[in-house]
Amino acid sequence: MAGPVQSIERAAAILRLLAGGPRRLGLGEVAASLGLAKGTAHGILRTLQHVDFVEQDAATGKYQLGAALLHLGTSYLDVNELRSRSINWADALAARSGESVRLGTPLEGRVLVVHHVFRPDDTLQSLEVGSLLPLHASSLGKVLLAFGSAPLDEALEPAPEAYTRHTLVTRAQLTQALADVRETGWAAEVQEMSMGEAGVAMPIRGHGGLVVGAIGLSGAVERICDGQGRPRPALVTLLRDAARAISRDLGAARW
Amino acid sequence: MVERYVMSIDQGTNSTRCILFDHHGRLVSVAQREHRQHFPRPGWVEHDVVEIWRNLLRVVPEALAAGEVGPDEVAAIGIANQRETTVLWERRTGAPLGRAIVWQDTRTASLVEELRIRPGDGFFLERCGLPPSTYFSALRIRWLFDHVKGLEERARDGEVLFGTMESWLIWNLTGGADGGLHITDATNASRTMLMNIRSLAWDDELLAFFGVPRCMLPEIRSPAESYGEAGAALPGVRITAALGDQQAALFGQTCFSPGEAKCTYGTGSFLLLNTGTDLVRSHHGLLTTIAYKIGDEPTVYALEGSIAVTGSLVQWFRDRLGLISSAPEIETLARTVEDNGGCYIVPAFSGLFAPRWRSDARGVVVGLTSYITKGHLARAVLEATGWQTREVVDAMNADSSVPLRELKVDGGMTSDNLLMQFVADVLDVPVVRPMVAETVSLGAAYAAGLAAGYWPDLEVLRHNWHRAAQWLPDMDPARRVSEYENWQRAVERSLGWIRPPGVL
Repeated sequence: MAGPVQSIERAAAILRLLAGGPRRLGLGEVAASLGLAKGTAHGILRTLQHVDFVEQDAATGKYQLGAALLHLGTSYLDVNELRSRSINWADALAARSGESVRLGTPLEGRVLVVHHVFRPDDTLQSLEVGSLLPLHASSLGKVLLAFGSAPLDEALEPAPEAYTRHTLVTRAQLTQALADVRETGWAAEVQEMSMGEAGVAMPIRGHGGLVVGAIGLSGAVERICDGQGRPRPALVTLLRDAARAISRDLGAARW
Repeated sequence: MVERYVMSIDQGTNSTRCILFDHHGRLVSVAQREHRQHFPRPGWVEHDVVEIWRNLLRVVPEALAAGEVGPDEVAAIGIANQRETTVLWERRTGAPLGRAIVWQDTRTASLVEELRIRPGDGFFLERCGLPPSTYFSALRIRWLFDHVKGLEERARDGEVLFGTMESWLIWNLTGGADGGLHITDATNASRTMLMNIRSLAWDDELLAFFGVPRCMLPEIRSPAESYGEAGAALPGVRITAALGDQQAALFGQTCFSPGEAKCTYGTGSFLLLNTGTDLVRSHHGLLTTIAYKIGDEPTVYALEGSIAVTGSLVQWFRDRLGLISSAPEIETLARTVEDNGGCYIVPAFSGLFAPRWRSDARGVVVGLTSYITKGHLARAVLEATGWQTREVVDAMNADSSVPLRELKVDGGMTSDNLLMQFVADVLDVPVVRPMVAETVSLGAAYAAGLAAGYWPDLEVLRHNWHRAAQWLPDMDPARRVSEYENWQRAVERSLGWIRPPGVL
């Protein structure tokens, strides 16, 4: 294993220094306090400023901790909180679409179903909260992969299972599919997990636009998809309304 | 054909909401305004009814705008309201005489203690189906007469009007001091302790007992019939329903048959069981109340069990103990352990309510050992809601001829899967959550739409109800029995903690 990375150690020391008191610090003070050359300290401060961990006062040129750092510890969203905040919108989506709705978050290389609303036809259905879905063969999983909530390597290691002849199993296939998801903003899964079934999903975003989960509809392929095997535009619109409403509730500003 | 909608106004404890529903009972738009809670003294809770009336005048156009619905597309208006909250106002000017005294207000506690001894619970149960409690309006009217100089005399002279929230709002909507209708509905009137539970009329003996003059009381109407036009807010649209919020939730959950029950899990929880046209008098600490009555059809009754502390225990865990940062995290914390580790919490913060009614009880945490973690405490918090539900259901099964076969649930706590599974486990019946969570508003809309002919009958409403989730019992029967025994032993330890004054 490689040793500690010196520049990261130094960046951490600068952050601790800035966090240590209420006063803003100038470049000279930072460099002197940590025994660094001014040029080195400046380079690290500029990088930290670039990722919003540090802010520079426009008038004095002095440095302080950035707002992004303050939100770092709170960007984690409890899955039960996610369910609680989504429940009304997920109900409305199921009622309007006539299909079952699921919410998923990543868990150890799979998708954890954190919320499930039955298809509103009063047939016998069982609650799937707590069950796990494959990342590569579910629409929820593809959303989580496409927007960086779950790493692609986790989906490829061990080798993804081919549930049907439509399942995407190679890195090349998945990379292409995920690029499409990022392009359109939604992920479809058409008979990739089981024949006759399809699903479509979209990201749920929290503070700063960070994807915290995915919401999706699923059901019989002939109801979810049109004649070309694409998700019906009306369903995608309903899904988008729900995903945006939940994201807005969670504090994602632009959604 | 023009699409038409039903408007529901839910005047609740914290806010006033206006919701539009379509023909399928689906929510079209929502507008909501919160009002201020006034706490002038410990145990006192008051609302400014002028603020609430103004909020109503704002949320109605807001909901119409949000749904892009014109006033001419509204088929009817239904009102659901916080129950028992007491408003007095001047007949001539319409000006309220002070703030409303809210149902949570406990200023009548000492009066309750007196009445339970003399004339005793039986006198009241026989007439109105309710034992004395700080909830009910009659005690507040008595308190106001005893504490506001000249008020009783002015009331006798016909200058003062009484109402619960729906009376106040309907009076204002239909013209206020200028010819407004002074009415209430049987579900709200059944919570005053002044209405005879059989005749659905004001009871002369109860009026005499509390010294309430008949001339200040609203006319009792059916919860679902045409009252009049809502001139002030929606000219030309008729108000065709008014129900207390818990009865509205029972109606919104389409519990139309005897034996059907719902529980609304909020700060406190309210379990209502439809007992059909039979008036069931509880021998196990439940309240007998009016469920609904459509036009001139026979009255449908319900048994009610209210649990004072459920969601508020989770809030206490969050705000006072600081062990979680949001209410839903209680489930996350509870899932860090397999079981309660032998720990039980009885949240008798202000005594125990249904079915035990013990004001001398206070909260206890029992079974503490060095093994107990905050995860076990979180489990005990959730389980307390489950066991309190079980006690109310046991009382209902003992009182009613039809045992509970399924519990319909709504309210904020239904998003907690661990809790809902636990409720199913301890009741040993399926627990089901409907797709429209806003059951109070939906119930008022259903009643209004039925009375206005927007929906033809109850069967159509039943078809609008869809299951969103279902939890099936999955607990070893022996474990259910032993855990229930443990809970009951914990409850015993909460009793008698508050000693009567003068006892050292």
